[in-house]
Amino acid sequence: MVVFGRGAGAVLRLPPDACSIGLTGVPPANCRKFYQKPSIIMRRHLVAPLLGLLLATAAVPASANPFEHKLGNGLRVIVKEDRRAPTAVHFVWYRAGSMDETNGTTGVAHVLEHMMFKGTPSVGPGEFNKRVAAAGGRDNAFTSRDYTAYFQQVPKEKLEDMMALEADRMRHLTLAANEFEQEIKVVMEERRLRTDDQPQALMFEAMNAVAFKAHPYRVPIIGWMNDLENMTVQDARDWYERWYVPNNAYVVVVGDVDHKAVFRAAEKHYGGLKPRALPLRKPQDEPAQAGVRRVSVKAPAELPVLIMGYRAPVIRDVEKDLDPYALEMLGAVLSGHGAARFSKHLVREQRLAVSAGAEYDSSARGPGMFYLVGTPSDGKTVAEMEAGLRAEIARVQNDGVSAEELARAKAQLVAGEVYKLDSMFAQAMEIGQLEAVGLPYTSGDRIIEKLKAVTAEQVQAVARRYFVDDGLTIGVLDPQPLSSAPRRGFATRH
Amino acid sequence: MNMNTIKRFLALVLLLATPLTHAAVKIEHWVSPSGARVYFVETRTLPIIDVQVDFAAGAARDPVDRAGLAQLTRGLMDLGAGDMDESAIAERLADLGARLGGGADTDRASVSLRTLADADKRAAAFEIMRQVIAEPRFPGEVFERERARTLAALREALTRPETIASRAFWSGLYGTHPYGSQPTAESLSAISVDDLRSFHATHYVARAAAVTIVGALSRREAEALAQQLTAALPAGEKLPATAEVSLPKFAEVHLPHPAAQAHIHLGLPALKRGDPDFYALIVGNYTLGGGGFVSRLMKEVRDKRGFAYSVYSYFAPMQVAGPFQIGLQTKRAQAGDALKVTREVLQQFLAEGPSEAELAAAKANIVGSFPLRLDSNRKILDNVATIGFFSMPLDYLDTYAEKVRQVTAADVRAAFARHVRPENLVTVVVAGD
Repeated sequence: MVVFGRGAGAVLRLPPDACSIGLTGVPPANCRKFYQKPSIIMRRHLVAPLLGLLLATAAVPASANPFEHKLGNGLRVIVKEDRRAPTAVHFVWYRAGSMDETNGTTGVAHVLEHMMFKGTPSVGPGEFNKRVAAAGGRDNAFTSRDYTAYFQQVPKEKLEDMMALEADRMRHLTLAANEFEQEIKVVMEERRLRTDDQPQALMFEAMNAVAFKAHPYRVPIIGWMNDLENMTVQDARDWYERWYVPNNAYVVVVGDVDHKAVFRAAEKHYGGLKPRALPLRKPQDEPAQAGVRRVSVKAPAELPVLIMGYRAPVIRDVEKDLDPYALEMLGAVLSGHGAARFSKHLVREQRLAVSAGAEYDSSARGPGMFYLVGTPSDGKTVAEMEAGLRAEIARVQNDGVSAEELARAKAQLVAGEVYKLDSMFAQAMEIGQLEAVGLPYTSGDRIIEKLKAVTAEQVQAVARRYFVDDGLTIGVLDPQPLSSAPRRGFATRH
Repeated sequence: MNMNTIKRFLALVLLLATPLTHAAVKIEHWVSPSGARVYFVETRTLPIIDVQVDFAAGAARDPVDRAGLAQLTRGLMDLGAGDMDESAIAERLADLGARLGGGADTDRASVSLRTLADADKRAAAFEIMRQVIAEPRFPGEVFERERARTLAALREALTRPETIASRAFWSGLYGTHPYGSQPTAESLSAISVDDLRSFHATHYVARAAAVTIVGALSRREAEALAQQLTAALPAGEKLPATAEVSLPKFAEVHLPHPAAQAHIHLGLPALKRGDPDFYALIVGNYTLGGGGFVSRLMKEVRDKRGFAYSVYSYFAPMQVAGPFQIGLQTKRAQAGDALKVTREVLQQFLAEGPSEAELAAAKANIVGSFPLRLDSNRKILDNVATIGFFSMPLDYLDTYAEKVRQVTAADVRAAFARHVRPENLVTVVVAGD
């Protein structure tokens, strides 16, 4: 399939037949063309897709590198020295994402992320970005279900300036009402752009709201529009006071730096910030499911899309767990490369699908889900698409996977570990994302070893264990002709 | 390479490695016996080799009634070549851990490869790449299937407001010029396998090829690799130059769509590669709409009024005049107001140019952030391939910062006056009330 576009500079990448993702839970940028899983939303639309960089899997620590230091206020600082180029990336992660929100204020984690650029007593509104720009840096931030993170990429000698800026807004945000009134409008525009006008994102949002009944993963990261319309600056203040403390944060630095110097700078800038006890986090475990759940969404589009989400475990104990690793390898066998099963069987041989893919993320604070996604070819129905995906799962359940397929998936894993080192940003993301879900960053290499140890029998066993209708939610995008669609608009009170 | 080797290797790389790009990227350049131009950067900090081969085989080369041919041709090259069918290519690459990429934009078609530098792996990966470039099979039934998938993707894309806006924008800027041509169901249906073969034979030729190699290999190995990849290509005829662009007249196009947000584009054909105004335009655009959160458009449209999540402007230098473009999306009811503010920001900038403070801030960021553009093999590859494809000066990266520093506010005003004339501005609004 060729997706057309115009322009220069970045060469259009050929879209894959199938998509798969690694431990970080972020699909390759080109996968988002047919399947928009909003696992992360950013403060600003990036013209060059940043998320393509995030396909890292897990870390391979070299001797003592990375290095770690914990400040007296509970803030942890993790530094990975990478001396290839005179630059550094600085991240601050907060363990507060949309899953920590409550009804009526959904989207507040992300709104606060926007407000973090709106000034402190010493750094006025918009001044943060100006200072990063003046330093020759680039910065942005993103909110996920599990965490909120802020980063700057800078020439190495500017790193300490960035630490000073982040430390200031960790505890001293102004949160002015007039700034909030403008920024909430921006966030509503973001929701229109990313969700309301994106049929697949709308369907995915509806599907999650059905798949999860008790767990806050049912809520979209960007929040429901009505909650955004009724959000107040006090909601943002409450969120900030609750979660933005050094004992709920950690700093990750990767670059051409000396870890001891970074630790000294961290003591100087972050060390004086006061910790505070965090609210109790309740598990909000999802009750047992019994029976298939189905949801369909109508939206202006041409092609239908089917998503089948099966409840699945995620890594809680790196050493003891087995199933999440086997599920990762199953995902790779189904859609990890151009000749993986979905692409070969469903797209090429049977011509049942325009595209088909599998997505599973073994790292998350909340419950896991293994997604199968397909768009039927012209003349094929959604029911045929579902039957085709089910037949592929049945093949694994009945006949297993071959040693050759498993070896192929592992070869890609090993190469990916080396390629990842070409990006400081990807290395920092990996450290941060492991920590965000409660796994130590040092477990990265063990995770790779565990993935490499997965056997064909284990893959077959997890296919039998988790691909059952009692854990299944099915979402369908029901395409509507443009001409018949009502004009949609969302009245706001601003 | 097994995991233990990788770990030992990493310990070396991360702790002892010499810096990659403190000063400059050293580009070695030669012409291969095949006739292909070669650009090589040796860097041994990672056991990786990146190769990209670029051809003047982008969509601008589509015959008038065959829009989509260039991109279908490039797409099919990976799906059967030499002694391999599509599955064999994908499986062998996966077994090697190698990644084949590329695509076709308007000027350029690319085949790129990332492979581990181990001798056994890289040799096999290079051979696959060679066959993809020189010996694509274009099997009839794969072609029929891919065309059907492409048609489906096109039909889907044509329901999207961003696609409708983008196509109307390019049509409005370029009309019947090759840059304005867009694939349609009719043009795709008119294309045959023979068209692909013929397009490949004419455009994938050694004399038009630019080979870029970055990574852990020697000059001698790079010479052999470049020759291996291009020796089997026909030397080829020199392709006719892409026609110069004539500027459009002021126009405003409104298209209906049920979306919640209007998509707005303003722009005109503005800048070609090698134009001496390049630096003044890049520096000026930083203040106007290129500088992310600190640009005037961002301040006026987003920060002050909350009209849009994303608002930007950029110049895309191409073989002949590529577009200057401003883009934003806003709630459909306020499309008119947002467009008005955007035009006022542009007009004021054209009249006054940047202030001295803005100019200094723009230069500080563009010069200061330069190391971030070259801090990975991937970024070096992208930069050097662009230098190679467009035959830009080999010292482009070395002189970039100095040329940015020399730009004055008067240079910016004069360059914008030459390249962004309001009487040639095309505006497209999709889904505005």
